[in-house]
Amino acid sequence: MPTLAPAPQTSSMSSEAAPVAAPPAGLEIIAPAREKSAAPAWFLEKSAAAWSNFQSLPVPGLKDEAWRYSNAKKIALSTYQPTAAANEHIEAEAVAASEGLAETAARFVFVNDRLVVAETARLPAGVICLPFEEALQSQAALLQQHFMQREMTLGSAKFAALHLAHVRAGLVILVPKGIAIEQPIEVFHWIAAEHAAIFPHTLIVTEDNADVTVVDHYRTWKAETGLSLAVADLVAGKGSRIRYIACQELGEKAQAMHLSSTVTARDAQVKNFQVQLGAEFSRSESVSDLLGEGSHSDMLSVALPTGDQIVDQRTLQNHKAPHATSDLLYKNALYGKSRSIFSGLITVDKEAHFTDAYQTCRNLLNSDEAEATSLPGLEINADQVKCSHGATSGPISDEELFYLKARGITDGESRKLIVEGFLADALAKLGNGPIADMVVSRIHEKLIQAV
Amino acid sequence: MSLEIKDLHAQIPGREILKGLNLTINPGEVHAIMGPNGSGKSTLSKVLCGHSDYEVTSGEVLLDGQNILDMAVDARSRAGLFLAFQYPHEIPGVSNANFLRASLKARLPKGEDIDAVKFYKQLYSRMDALEMDRSFTSRSVNEGFSGGEKKRNEILQLMMLEPKYAILDETDSGLDIDALKIVSRGVNAMRSENRGFLVITHYQRLLNYIQPDIVHVLKDGRIVKTGGKELSLELEEKGYDWVHEEPLAAAA
Ligand SMILES: Nc1ncnc2c1ncn2[C@@H]1O[C@H](COP(=O)(O)OP(=O)(O)OP(=O)(O)O)[C@@H](O)[C@H]1O
Ligand SMILES: [Mg+2]
Repeated sequence: MPTLAPAPQTSSMSSEAAPVAAPPAGLEIIAPAREKSAAPAWFLEKSAAAWSNFQSLPVPGLKDEAWRYSNAKKIALSTYQPTAAANEHIEAEAVAASEGLAETAARFVFVNDRLVVAETARLPAGVICLPFEEALQSQAALLQQHFMQREMTLGSAKFAALHLAHVRAGLVILVPKGIAIEQPIEVFHWIAAEHAAIFPHTLIVTEDNADVTVVDHYRTWKAETGLSLAVADLVAGKGSRIRYIACQELGEKAQAMHLSSTVTARDAQVKNFQVQLGAEFSRSESVSDLLGEGSHSDMLSVALPTGDQIVDQRTLQNHKAPHATSDLLYKNALYGKSRSIFSGLITVDKEAHFTDAYQTCRNLLNSDEAEATSLPGLEINADQVKCSHGATSGPISDEELFYLKARGITDGESRKLIVEGFLADALAKLGNGPIADMVVSRIHEKLIQAV
Repeated sequence: MSLEIKDLHAQIPGREILKGLNLTINPGEVHAIMGPNGSGKSTLSKVLCGHSDYEVTSGEVLLDGQNILDMAVDARSRAGLFLAFQYPHEIPGVSNANFLRASLKARLPKGEDIDAVKFYKQLYSRMDALEMDRSFTSRSVNEGFSGGEKKRNEILQLMMLEPKYAILDETDSGLDIDALKIVSRGVNAMRSENRGFLVITHYQRLLNYIQPDIVHVLKDGRIVKTGGKELSLELEEKGYDWVHEEPLAAAA
């Protein structure tokens, strides 16, 4: 099997892994306490099995290929616990802070994994859009068919098992055949207590030619620490379209994992856009299984790590059908002593002729101490395939900066413009409209702090 | 009131490029600088703007009496200096309109923003004058522009920023015959008794359109000859070999 895995490109001056903070006493990730009445037996069984699976799986070691240049021990599990509901006052504050899109088809707010707001009145008839716990009661068949059915191949099987063991929040969405939901469905997930762990889930299933957009926000409210261990299953039926945006803005000492899996049927189109702004350590794993002929997967990401933040990105574009296309564009603008690790693989199966697959990771280093590592890879087993991968990293060009300053724009403002310009091609994939505006304004807010 | 360059010496590590350059541009005047390749014309323009590649070892540059050599690049621009680059840089992802807005906003007091309606009205009228397609407002600055389009875009910036002193570094190179006329018309429209120009060129053709008041020859880091517009015709005919430093011209 021809494998092309170029040597990693690392650019920076120094790299020093921050020591993992000593765990506060009395905390641990405990077994899920699920009441028998809260979930059907099949799920309780599944959840219990996941818990023992989580316990038996080792924490990935430093030699684990999927954790190269990163460190699974950074997810300091012993410092977190699944948390109780926040008090009403805090919940109300978090709800008030849940400012996002002006117009939505449905809107949900979860605080510490508890549902606090559910607005669904604007959804077209026939659409299923339920909080996870409610879906457990009424959508057994849908969940059994699609909920966490794909294997986690990018290194976080243990964390996925933990998610499955504890999941209680998030959405289960089914868009029936031919229905296009024009406005997005927006979800806020808040961590509102120190050392709290949340396990948000998003399951999106589209039937033939359906169309949906879902935005997940991950944030902390008046807490510095916390773990968000999120999983998203995107299952796109024939000719359907899913646009999914995960916008992670957790507090600076929090940790974030986002594990997403995309499956495309014939002619389906899925866009998975990751925005990583918060958390001291964030890891995203995104797998696209292109199962249907003519289907398309867009994998996009924008990250702006500052200070000591680490952004760890693992991707797989798995081409299993002919005439399918995938396009990956990950953009990281790094500041301070931050680090980014990108590891991406394109695999093209024997049958997947006429595949077009692209993978690009670009890093803009805004500081001498920032470090970006890129590990692009290709594995091609079919003929007549168009594949390319590229990774670049480098500082802002002096000449670019001079040109802007020579027009009177201050140094700080010039750098900001250049970084925004650097991110522009990825952001352009969100099109014009409220979602793009929202993402740009979140990025802009962080940018103002960064420079 | 003038842009006064006095005994300017500038170097890159290990090599002096400007070797005691004197030049005074008064508002209302158009000066042309001609000179062989590598004589220091672009270096002069970049040193005036504060490019960090060059170290000024002695001399002064006064913009309306204010010494600009201590000022940062962006402050010099806001003080009224403009350079139309010989090789304009590309800024991926930053639209021409946003770039121009940021440039104009930088000239306003903190917290103030420019009036978008007025801005676009102005922008469009100037683009029309330069016969530039509207699509250039949303395109990234200079990215994928042809050589001539880049030069036109520099003049658009000149027209929007309305500087006190404008340096045009080989604006004619890369322009086709029609574009040269259009761009020259744009520059001529900007001529005013309140604005001085320094036009760097190799060719008489540009000076037929933008008629200079004074022509200088720059050779080996110094102004070696100064004359009226007939000097450029003479240079066109005879080249530079015959021009030698005249103590009087150098001291002018
Ligand atoms: N940043 C730099 N690094 C190295 N050499 C430089 C630099 N800038 C200018 N030079 C050198 O200084 C000399 C003057 O260059 P400059 O670009 O000013 O010439 P010019 O008069 O504009 O020429 P042309 O007519 O070809 O545009 C050249 O020999 C050039 O190679
Ligand atoms: Mg030059």
